[in-house]
Amino acid sequence: MSNAATMRPGRPALPEWVRRLPEYLMIWVPLLLSAAHLVSFSLWTIWISFTPSTLVPVAGWVGLRNYSAVAASRNWQIAFDNLLLFGSAFVLLSAATGLILAILLDQRIRGENVLRSIFLYPLAVSFVVTGTVWSWLLNPGLGIQKLIHDLGWTSFKFDWLIDRDMAIWTIVIAAIWQSSGFAMALFLAGLRSVDSDIIKAAQIDGAGPVRTYRRIILPSLWPITVTVVVIQLQFAISTFDLVRALTNGGPGIATQLPALVVYDLMFQRSLLGRGAAAAVLMLLILLAVLLPYAAWRYVQRRRAAHA
Amino acid sequence: MPDRSFAPSRILIYLAVALIAAAWLAPLVVVVLNSLRTNEEIAQGSMIGWPQHLAWSNYAAAWSGFCVAETCAGIRPYMLNSALVTIPATIISTLLGAIAGYAVSLWRFRGDNWIYGIVTLGLFLPQQMRLLPWTIVLRDIGLINTLTGLVLIHTIQGLSFTTLFCRNYYVAIPHELIRAARIDGAGFFRIFWRIILPLSGPILIVTVIWQFTHIWNEFLYGVTFTTGQQQPVTAALIALSAAVADIPQHGVQSAAVIIAALPTLLIYLLGGKYFVRGLTAGAVK
Repeated sequence: MSNAATMRPGRPALPEWVRRLPEYLMIWVPLLLSAAHLVSFSLWTIWISFTPSTLVPVAGWVGLRNYSAVAASRNWQIAFDNLLLFGSAFVLLSAATGLILAILLDQRIRGENVLRSIFLYPLAVSFVVTGTVWSWLLNPGLGIQKLIHDLGWTSFKFDWLIDRDMAIWTIVIAAIWQSSGFAMALFLAGLRSVDSDIIKAAQIDGAGPVRTYRRIILPSLWPITVTVVVIQLQFAISTFDLVRALTNGGPGIATQLPALVVYDLMFQRSLLGRGAAAAVLMLLILLAVLLPYAAWRYVQRRRAAHA
Repeated sequence: MPDRSFAPSRILIYLAVALIAAAWLAPLVVVVLNSLRTNEEIAQGSMIGWPQHLAWSNYAAAWSGFCVAETCAGIRPYMLNSALVTIPATIISTLLGAIAGYAVSLWRFRGDNWIYGIVTLGLFLPQQMRLLPWTIVLRDIGLINTLTGLVLIHTIQGLSFTTLFCRNYYVAIPHELIRAARIDGAGFFRIFWRIILPLSGPILIVTVIWQFTHIWNEFLYGVTFTTGQQQPVTAALIALSAAVADIPQHGVQSAAVIIAALPTLLIYLLGGKYFVRGLTAGAVK
């Protein structure tokens, strides 16, 4: 670096802020745009949720009427029940699958890199694509059931996709397939960071592999487990594309989820006020997950800082 | 556990991994095989089967033949739309995020923590909270149903991720390096070009891969803010399966699905390490 930039004789020195204007612009314009849109768009949607807006946003105040209308609608109730079922089943099963995959890959097996790529590739593909493919595989007249019928076992039945009670489980299957790899990647990183001296000490004490896992390795993974669960829940709450491509909320409205209700109210029924209320409800569900997590993270960090 | 012998337990482990891996690959294999079977062949049997002859014509039909609504141009125009949205939005959001991350981590200025904190809230705020405002804003500035509108949205929203990635990477750079350069008279941009950018290779690859994958795969904004010929490929795929619902063309549809997934799959195969790093970096936010 030379001093030439600062010591240019013979030119009238521009005021500091003018000289630095380009950098101020490059820093502040994008950051302000981003922050402003986040804050103002959230407030805007919240505001619309309290107005009688239908086709276009209008001023006015209807209090919580949009909220009670959404909460009382069958569509939302089914969506909410589905979210509870889908959210818990998907999160538990994908975390379990991810953990099992991570433990298996942690056994110093050959071809670990290839296997890891196989378990992670669905994450690189859009939910529209994977949802479409799963809709073919799970379609009883086209996919797995048809194949097994053609092979001669004609009483075989696997028609969850068109079964009102079971259809939500097709979304669970596809979602597990798509994102267990993510849990695996986090768990694997956690397994690899367990202190190998402690493991050796346990083995010298005569602990077998199962015991070592149960007593030493798995307990150290629980902070990662919390992170995995929270991120997967966040995904579950906002699931849209996958359902749109796989079942489109059907059969009937059996696989409705909150994100689909929001879209339906806003853009298909043109009930903007109710759509906004449903979006705010989604946000509240998300906050019910994220705020305790943030508090937990804060406590953990404080503790780490004091330790 | 460290053990490389071939005890029965090892064989069981390999068996389990191989079975799960086969299950994970099955959907991909099925679509690839279907993309090479004729529609009639699939209609006679199931979606799962070996092609009798390789029907490469499915790819030609998917690329530029089949019809959605009244237009029969295949998937090509929508692939082009996705590329025209994804590439500019990826580049712009990555560059701006790198500069912002550099400013927040190494330059420090008044209010930096506040603004950074708000920007990273964008990682969590559901898209549904922004749908109506974006619709109104895009309509007011005349960008509704345009690719430019989608580029704008993805750039602004992507900043939350790109700034976070770059900031978390740059905080590890020693401040002395910056201080020394400043004493030498180097300004904000000169330090960025000369010192920061040459150190940024890995994080820029992570960010670009993350942004590209997410924007290419995005569906909700595409289907909400664009219609017909302006739609990105994800929205077009849904329109295609709705359009052919009566007379399914599963061979051609499979080829279309493969083509649509190919760009992100290729990037994943080429830069898998960086892709995974992005996933986990996003997780430890």
